[in-house]
Amino acid sequence: MFSTYDTFSAPSFWQNGPSPGVIYNFPGSQTGNSHLFQHSQAPVTTATSIVAITFNKGVLIAGDMLGSYGSLARFRNCPRIMKVNDNVILGAGGDYADFQYVKDFIDQKVIDEQCLDDGFIMKPKSLYCWLTRIMYNRRSKFDPFWNNFVVGGLQDGEPFLGTIDKLGTSYEDKTICTGYGAYMATPLLRDAMDKNPNPTEQEARDLVNRCMEVLYYRDARSFPKYQLAVITADGVSIEGPLEVKQNWNLAHMIH
Amino acid sequence: MFRNQYDSDVTVWSPQGRLHQVEYAMEAVKLGSATVSLKNATHAVLIALKRASSELAAYQKKIIPIDNHVGVTISGLTADARILSRYMRQECLNYKYSLDTLMPVSRLISYLGNKMQVCTQRYDRRPYGVGLLVAGYDEQGPHIYQTCPSANYFDCKAMAIGARSQSARTYLEKHLSEFPEASVEETVKHGLRALRDTLANEVELTTKNVSIGLVGKGQQFKILDENETAAYLAMIAGEERRSGYTGPEVPPPSRDEAGDQDPSRDPLPSVAMETE
Amino acid sequence: MSSIGTGYDLSASQFSPDGRVFQVEYAVKAVENSGTVIALKGKDGVVFAVEKLVTSKLYEPGANRRIFNIDSHVGMIDSHVGMAVSGLIADARQIVEIARREAANYRAQYNVCIPLKYLNDRVSMYMHAYTLYSAVRPYGCSVILSSYDNVDGPQMYMIDPSGVSYGYYGCAIGKAKQSAKTEIEKLKLTNMSTKDLVKEAARIVYLVHDELKDKNFELELSWVCADSKGRHEKVPELVYAEAEKSAKQAMEADSDSDTEDM
Repeated sequence: MFSTYDTFSAPSFWQNGPSPGVIYNFPGSQTGNSHLFQHSQAPVTTATSIVAITFNKGVLIAGDMLGSYGSLARFRNCPRIMKVNDNVILGAGGDYADFQYVKDFIDQKVIDEQCLDDGFIMKPKSLYCWLTRIMYNRRSKFDPFWNNFVVGGLQDGEPFLGTIDKLGTSYEDKTICTGYGAYMATPLLRDAMDKNPNPTEQEARDLVNRCMEVLYYRDARSFPKYQLAVITADGVSIEGPLEVKQNWNLAHMIH
Repeated sequence: MFRNQYDSDVTVWSPQGRLHQVEYAMEAVKLGSATVSLKNATHAVLIALKRASSELAAYQKKIIPIDNHVGVTISGLTADARILSRYMRQECLNYKYSLDTLMPVSRLISYLGNKMQVCTQRYDRRPYGVGLLVAGYDEQGPHIYQTCPSANYFDCKAMAIGARSQSARTYLEKHLSEFPEASVEETVKHGLRALRDTLANEVELTTKNVSIGLVGKGQQFKILDENETAAYLAMIAGEERRSGYTGPEVPPPSRDEAGDQDPSRDPLPSVAMETE
Repeated sequence: MSSIGTGYDLSASQFSPDGRVFQVEYAVKAVENSGTVIALKGKDGVVFAVEKLVTSKLYEPGANRRIFNIDSHVGMIDSHVGMAVSGLIADARQIVEIARREAANYRAQYNVCIPLKYLNDRVSMYMHAYTLYSAVRPYGCSVILSSYDNVDGPQMYMIDPSGVSYGYYGCAIGKAKQSAKTEIEKLKLTNMSTKDLVKEAARIVYLVHDELKDKNFELELSWVCADSKGRHEKVPELVYAEAEKSAKQAMEADSDSDTEDM
């Protein structure tokens, strides 16, 4: 699926023959050791948690804008929540370069669909499934994309939220947090959802903002500047950069 | 007799800008038995006439299921149709595997068209000698597509292809305005009447030689069994047969294979390839 | 064409004694059997108009479109590319596929839309490659490419089955290309707004349509222009209805004056 864009080649005129736009290599002249390559073993520039929640009319996805280089807060303006189309939004954590690479493919997929102009538009479940296939396929080659993806959107009018990790594991839920947030924010969200299973947009916003605040205090790879994407039947908006309200009074030891 | 020197290969254009090999492949579609397809507001129906190559042979299958929401009926070379339907099944499966939804029928057909086109441009290939009527149902409702060996395809309200199918098309055109409002039952009956119009006067539609396929809203593609077919046949049994086949009495080719053709028959296509 | 039938016209890889490649010329004939396609470039956009012949009542309206989107944008300042085709539609769809792949490939490399000049180069090279070998036949279609952006303005190219291509202010391909060209030449294209182009294009399609030979046709109209924010798209329904109406009126006025002459 990926190689079709990497190397352009039209079908050849005849078996093993030249194809238009390609320089013809005589058979048996292949050189090099292209079959050897190193698998990805660790991420490089990384982004941390994604926090996502469904509400009565849509989905919210939030993520900060830090690109960490190890423990160094290296890049401070890395947007990682994207609008896919009017139906779908996507958030990503993990290796930032991998995300950008996958993003380009998703963008092209959307363009291809726009060109067809046949009245069909990709739905969140489709993107979720597609990403699952991609991620599982890459992990099976021991060369995973080092990401956590969160797909949100409206599936035939109903809020949809799903996530895929680098191993190709995927699941749907009403609240999803990845990365450090999986430990720190998930309990907060689940607790809130238990008490109020069908929050309004404002309640969901307050909840997510609260999670971003908690994560900023607790997660050493986080950042107070973040984006918040909202998808409802009215469309997609990506807000931000927003700021986490900071209050360091409690840290009296460092004054 | 003057021999056409531009009809030897699919790679040769005639001075008039025609591709005779492709046009001949279009003729192969007319050798198959007739098949009809039509749709109402919610359902698409396939109705095919089956042939048996001899008294001892079973009737040749004419309707092929592709996916839960798509089925095709064929006219022409059955073996070619099997390749195309295998391809369509594969594409539908791949689409479902990667995107978790049923493949839109229009996309399936455009893939198929592009696959078929390649065979009309290369020395080492020949066009597929089969016409398909594809019935499908997706988010945009029921669809009927006709595909040709020329790799053209047409989004149809109703269509008939195969031997003596002109009479069926005449019937369909005449009743076209009734279809959108018709019930499923009415639609099937229209299809059967259209198919019956292609028959010679002494031949009747029976549960043995008729095959009915159905797909639509809340209805996965299915081929009706003999009992269900019999029920529909009974509904039109009493009616007087109208136009019928009135053209010159040409005995239909006995088999679905072009290899069985009369060797003395000169390749003179009666219809130019549609370039539209 | 005195050399027709002398055996030098059976392969794309063969010259005739007087230096022609007949197979390519015959492929051009296939385009001339097809519905007329008109493209006009004005001061701030390009308009396509297609006479899509419909051969049966049983076909759904709006099917087998002859105008395609090749590239579309996600960013803010990218341009769009449109393509209109005449000739064998099945052949043309392959060209559409190739053009889309070229556009996608370019975007993957450079993360911007492909410049139309470059896309035209690639696609015409591709079509030309099919005129070089006996193992394949030339494409039986001509295509017109169009785009609009703030830097280069409106652009338009037409590619022949031979792989030759030129940029145009206005061009016509298909059945009635001669009479359409005559009409186009009467226009002052460089000064015209896109809205006027749409009307003129629709009028010419109606004018050159041969009612006796081809009964039914659908008019397809698309544009890529400043008004559409550089997006190649079907013209909006209102604009379409207006253009079709004025085209029909022009036809009636035309036939009235004809009868007066008699």
